[in-house]
Amino acid sequence: MDKFTTHTGVGVPLRRSNVDTDQIIPAVYLKRVTRTGFEDGLFAAWRNDPEFVLNNAAYAGGSVLVAGPDFGTGSSREHAVWALQNYGFKAVISPRFADIFRGNSGKAGLLAAQVDEKVVQKIWDLLEEHPGTTVTVDLESRTVRAGEGVDAIEDSFDIDDYTRWRLLEGLDDIGITLGHADDIAAYEATRPSWKPATIHAG
Amino acid sequence: MGKTLAEKVWDEHVVRSTPGEPDLLYIDLHLIHEVTSPQAFDGLRLAGRTVRRPDLTLATEDHNVPTLDWDKPIADPVSKTQVDTLRRNAEEFGVRLHPLGDVEQGIVHVVGPQLGLTQPGMTIVCGDSHTSTHGAFGAIAFGIGTSEVEHVLATQTLPQAKPKTMAVTIEGSLPEGVTAKDMVLTLIAHTGTGGGQGYIVEYRGQAIEELSMEGRMTVCNMSIEWGAKAGLIAPDQTTFDYIEGRPEAPKGADWDAAVAHWKTLVTDPDAEFDKEIVLDASTMTPFVTWGTNPGQGVPLGGAVPFPEQYDDESDRIAAEKALQYMGLEAGTPMREVKVDTVFIGSCTNGRIEDLRTAAAIIKGRQVDKDTRLLVVPGSVRVRLQAQDEGLDVIFKEAGAEWRGAGCSMCLGMNPDTLSPGERSASTSNRNFEGRQGKGGRTHLVSVPVAAATAIRGTLSSPADLD
Ligand code: SF4
Repeated sequence: MDKFTTHTGVGVPLRRSNVDTDQIIPAVYLKRVTRTGFEDGLFAAWRNDPEFVLNNAAYAGGSVLVAGPDFGTGSSREHAVWALQNYGFKAVISPRFADIFRGNSGKAGLLAAQVDEKVVQKIWDLLEEHPGTTVTVDLESRTVRAGEGVDAIEDSFDIDDYTRWRLLEGLDDIGITLGHADDIAAYEATRPSWKPATIHAG
Repeated sequence: MGKTLAEKVWDEHVVRSTPGEPDLLYIDLHLIHEVTSPQAFDGLRLAGRTVRRPDLTLATEDHNVPTLDWDKPIADPVSKTQVDTLRRNAEEFGVRLHPLGDVEQGIVHVVGPQLGLTQPGMTIVCGDSHTSTHGAFGAIAFGIGTSEVEHVLATQTLPQAKPKTMAVTIEGSLPEGVTAKDMVLTLIAHTGTGGGQGYIVEYRGQAIEELSMEGRMTVCNMSIEWGAKAGLIAPDQTTFDYIEGRPEAPKGADWDAAVAHWKTLVTDPDAEFDKEIVLDASTMTPFVTWGTNPGQGVPLGGAVPFPEQYDDESDRIAAEKALQYMGLEAGTPMREVKVDTVFIGSCTNGRIEDLRTAAAIIKGRQVDKDTRLLVVPGSVRVRLQAQDEGLDVIFKEAGAEWRGAGCSMCLGMNPDTLSPGERSASTSNRNFEGRQGKGGRTHLVSVPVAAATAIRGTLSSPADLD
């Protein structure tokens, strides 16, 4: 996984709450067996609407999605994270993320920054008034900044310490855990014999 | 201070605990299906890793498989590739697989319990958010993403921050005709879709204790729909009776040792929860959703709400959007909402008890002429059991379609989908926009409401028949 320290890119206002995983990528788009190529499925149901924010040329190349509360509710599909990444998003800002979505983002290297709802409202207003405005998410200082000069909006964001550390270091979880293989083997030696197994010897 | 049930199960699985880091949890059972696993196996291959414990891993085909012509090659080439990929991966890494056509094939969350693999006190994960279903047995069970699937395959563990605990106590008894589904839909409408976020929830109280294992699974299944990390119920005699004698249940002395341990899996009297919610079952009624998330529900006897009645601005906007999408007018009595398709199935309500309930209501009646009824058993075993009992005949004589096992219209990944604008009453768990097919409109309902709705053609309860 690549290290994530800070990112600046065009902010895309998604003025919706409860954007669930079926909205982010509908099930029919989940049939690929790779981690790439999901960008076509991103927000598929809304993409036909010329008014939809991703169809507005002013936000072309946007890489910071600014969404309403309860983003990523529903399914465990990591494809939702991949679809956002495949499309070009590096970070998502929301007042509240669903747990699994936030976890998946951390594993896949998409920054999920939890920002106060009032601040999100202000960023929306700014991005809509001045399309093309950039947003910076600085993981080191845990701050989000939108716009420049007197109009600039700056605030802190929440992310748990462990995920922040992993993203900053670009660490692969599996590698870390395999470093504790002895602990795992020791634990396995204590498991009761009556615990179920799917494959039986002999 | 004592411990809650969730804390007991959690603590028993901690491989390693270090301040400032998530606990490393051991995973007792890892369930796999075709949609969320291909990239995980790919990752293993790329890194030259193996599956650490194939003997704690089980794969089935459920999400995209057809429920018609399942004995023929899968017609959709993309679905076929995904299924073939799972078969190749299972073979290569030595994972037990129940493929289409196998007698143990079915929805992962139906198959685990029915094989007796799901037992109290376990940790169970799957790349599917409704893994919470297995919590009905007193297990900590939750959905994971594909990176985590790969992590569990490689290490049989997961780093996890310990969630907070919540008690949901449902006092009293459910009235006649009101089901576990109504109970959990009522709860979600009460808490909102984010109400459980960050918590492992223990469902308790008289109404929970009175539920069958099937009903408990329905409740735990929908834990994720109000944002909970997992939901679980303390194991009791009902649990033990369900497990005993199943193919993978402990036998002989192992059974006695297992039950002795399972009996310790209760919340201690002096344990404290971080949060508590209390609801009264005796006031509950059949409950249905009107909107596009599972928290947007009302009693069947109620009406489509007016967006203006919400104080919170984002709730109001969400309601307006939902009504527009659903093609509903505020104030319309729910009973007047006409339904095109009724879907009985899914890991929420696709078990044998559900089919028996539906058949008892449908028996001797006809499905409304403008309505289609799709009955999709959760597993092949459920299908065969239902056929043994003659339930398939009841459904077919009523004009319903009797299908093969799988997720089917729950998520519309196989050919079973709604068309744009088509309206369903569905016993599944999600009414998101487009969940059952692009433009499809879903009302979540219990099995009795689904059955009665199929007969009348409008949202109904069995009490409305005759
Ligand atoms: S039946 Fe529906 S909710 Fe259950 S596993 Fe299948 S798709 Fe998921």
